[in-house]
Amino acid sequence: MFAWLRARLAQGMRTSPFPRVGTAFPTRFRGRPVRDPARCRDACRGCAARAPSGFLTSVPDGPVELDLGACLFSPEEAGACPDGAISYSRDHRMAASTRDALVTPTGEVALARALDARARKLFRRSLRLRSVVVGSCSGCEAELVALGNVVFDMARFGIQFVASPRHADGIVVTGAVNTNMRVALEKTYAAVPAPKLVIAVGACAASGGPFAGSPEVAGGVGNILPVDLWVPGCPPHPLTMLDGLLRLLGGITA
Amino acid sequence: MSRFDELGLRNRRTIAWSAVPRESVDAFGATVCGAVERGWRIASLFGMPEIDDRTCLVAILANDTRGELGATSTLVGDAYPALTPACPQAHAFEREIAEQCGVVPDGHPWLKPLRRHPPDHLPPGRNAGAGVLDREAHPFYRVEGEEVHEVAVGPVHAGIIEPGHFRFQAHGERVLFLEIMLGYQHRGVERLLERLERDRGVLVAEAIAGDTVIGHAGAYCGALEALARSRKTPRGQTVRGIALELERLANHIGDLGAIAGDVAFQPAAAYLGRMRGECLNLLMALSGNRYGRGLVRPGGALFDVTPDMAGEMRDRLQRLGAELEPVLTLLFESASVQARLEGVGVVPRAACLEYGFVGPVARASELSRDVRYDHPWGIFRFAHIPVATMWAGDVFARALVRRLEIQRSLEFTIEQLGALPKGPARVDCGPLRSGELAVAMVEGWRGEIVHVVITDEQGRVRRHKVTDPSFHNWTALGLAMPGNEISDFPLCNKSFNLSYAGHDL
Ligand code: SF4
Repeated sequence: MFAWLRARLAQGMRTSPFPRVGTAFPTRFRGRPVRDPARCRDACRGCAARAPSGFLTSVPDGPVELDLGACLFSPEEAGACPDGAISYSRDHRMAASTRDALVTPTGEVALARALDARARKLFRRSLRLRSVVVGSCSGCEAELVALGNVVFDMARFGIQFVASPRHADGIVVTGAVNTNMRVALEKTYAAVPAPKLVIAVGACAASGGPFAGSPEVAGGVGNILPVDLWVPGCPPHPLTMLDGLLRLLGGITA
Repeated sequence: MSRFDELGLRNRRTIAWSAVPRESVDAFGATVCGAVERGWRIASLFGMPEIDDRTCLVAILANDTRGELGATSTLVGDAYPALTPACPQAHAFEREIAEQCGVVPDGHPWLKPLRRHPPDHLPPGRNAGAGVLDREAHPFYRVEGEEVHEVAVGPVHAGIIEPGHFRFQAHGERVLFLEIMLGYQHRGVERLLERLERDRGVLVAEAIAGDTVIGHAGAYCGALEALARSRKTPRGQTVRGIALELERLANHIGDLGAIAGDVAFQPAAAYLGRMRGECLNLLMALSGNRYGRGLVRPGGALFDVTPDMAGEMRDRLQRLGAELEPVLTLLFESASVQARLEGVGVVPRAACLEYGFVGPVARASELSRDVRYDHPWGIFRFAHIPVATMWAGDVFARALVRRLEIQRSLEFTIEQLGALPKGPARVDCGPLRSGELAVAMVEGWRGEIVHVVITDEQGRVRRHKVTDPSFHNWTALGLAMPGNEISDFPLCNKSFNLSYAGHDL
């Protein structure tokens, strides 16, 4: 018993001060991607073909666009521009309310809006979520689990994962929506009482992620369920998820 | 024709595809079963579409004492006599072959679909409906009798867990039988790896199992590097080795925390959960991603460890070790914890041998099986990590193996960070040689990861076979449960912590 008390004192207090204080990410951290128009010779557009994902797109005569929902945050995707116009910032904030908001010419995402007043009143102090995994690599789930540890401690904001969809206010979808989980996804969604939220976490849920193009996946949840929050990343950093959730609930507005 | 064991095949060495023995179906079966009887292990067994309506079956065998690999093959039509009745190690592989290639292993005792998908490796001369396993024709194994009841769990679980279905046959609280049905995470990984260029392929390899990014990317790159005869730089190999051990540390520490949580030992669960995060943060400092994505690439490591970084990482690891030790000591020495872990979920040594279990599961049952030691590659050829074994084969033994491995990985990473070889961390990896077979094995934190790549005459990938350790070890979980209480399942499951994504591909 005393040994445990000693250990408790030695371990100290470890919860992150987020969101009161900004978090320092390491230099190499790959956060929200940005494009510097000054360095980009739009005429080139070679990057869209070179990037090993659907991250960069361009239409003839249009600008190059960054699709954060398709970005796998690999070094090579930014490296697809030989002039260094595309890079990863250390900004972890990039969750958006619509899928379209993740597609921009510069990477300036319109961050997620708060829910309407009625929904905020319902969910602000207590949001219960059910996780549904539909053809993922499990990386996103690992970060969802991390949200519950003492560092990120999501429960201090009243957000919790629950065992049954019947007890939930919404579902968190991770994975590319594969054939073998399609029915289970629809049934789980149907079992959540209305009003209900859908939160799409990770590149897989937004675009199919690394599995885009496989005949076994639908390539994201967007065509299947109405999504309220999109969190880009592969996997998203826990603080990217937390930032998105708190914006949705009106807890972060800046 | 050389014999299967005279090919000079080893971890990350290639052989000409034409040198692989091509035997009659019966001789093939006799070779594989005979080798397994003499102590070889099936590392991989898979089908590859050939011409017309034929499928080529390829077996990769491993001899752990000699550090050697063997290979053999045969051509089959739409059926062949199953190996499983004589050689249980083949059981999951043969179900996989039936499902992927539409080839029926006649006489297989439990020929159910493994992942439930249409065949994706059919030879050109077979029509698409051929050989599809009928899902409905294979009900769950059932125990009949008064007061015997059935408990079905999943695919959507109560926690944040990947999808899978567990069907218990129980008498009261006592489990009589557990059948595990997987495939819910199937994404078509192998076809993607075979079709995509390597700049995209490596991103898929990193997403085979999200907690084994370094392990699978390492095996993927190892196979390509062997086929390209790429030079390996000592520095690149060392950085990869450090990352692999950081991955092991993160997962082992996290799992011990989860085990503590399952026996309601909250303080240890909280501390270990945080320390797992510290390992992930070290990987992030190195690679920019908490799971090490972006680090392992064909030709070496995309990010180098700068001298400042090496010093800082060493300090952080030393601090971690100092914080970890008292928590682990308290956890393992608490009588109440011991009482909950001992004797639960026993996997007998004989079963490990019979079914070919790998990783900490095998090591906890006194089977010294570790790719880093048996088939060393890269830095592990020079820096040996002693193999950690226990004998009881229960949850406690598996936890203890993990504890020992945590200590050894800490020592290894701290030592390597202090002695990084000079030179570049990465060199160019050229085009693949044509008509060759390469096997790359890695000891991931769950055990042996195997990638087999066969190239065609143009040097394109013809077949890319992935075997995650979970592919073998899910059977171990099924075997460990009978005789235990249903309520022991979460704890037992945690002590294995197998990958659904890695199994389902
Ligand atoms: S988005 Fe990336 S991390 Fe998340 S499940 Fe998909 S592949 Fe894994």
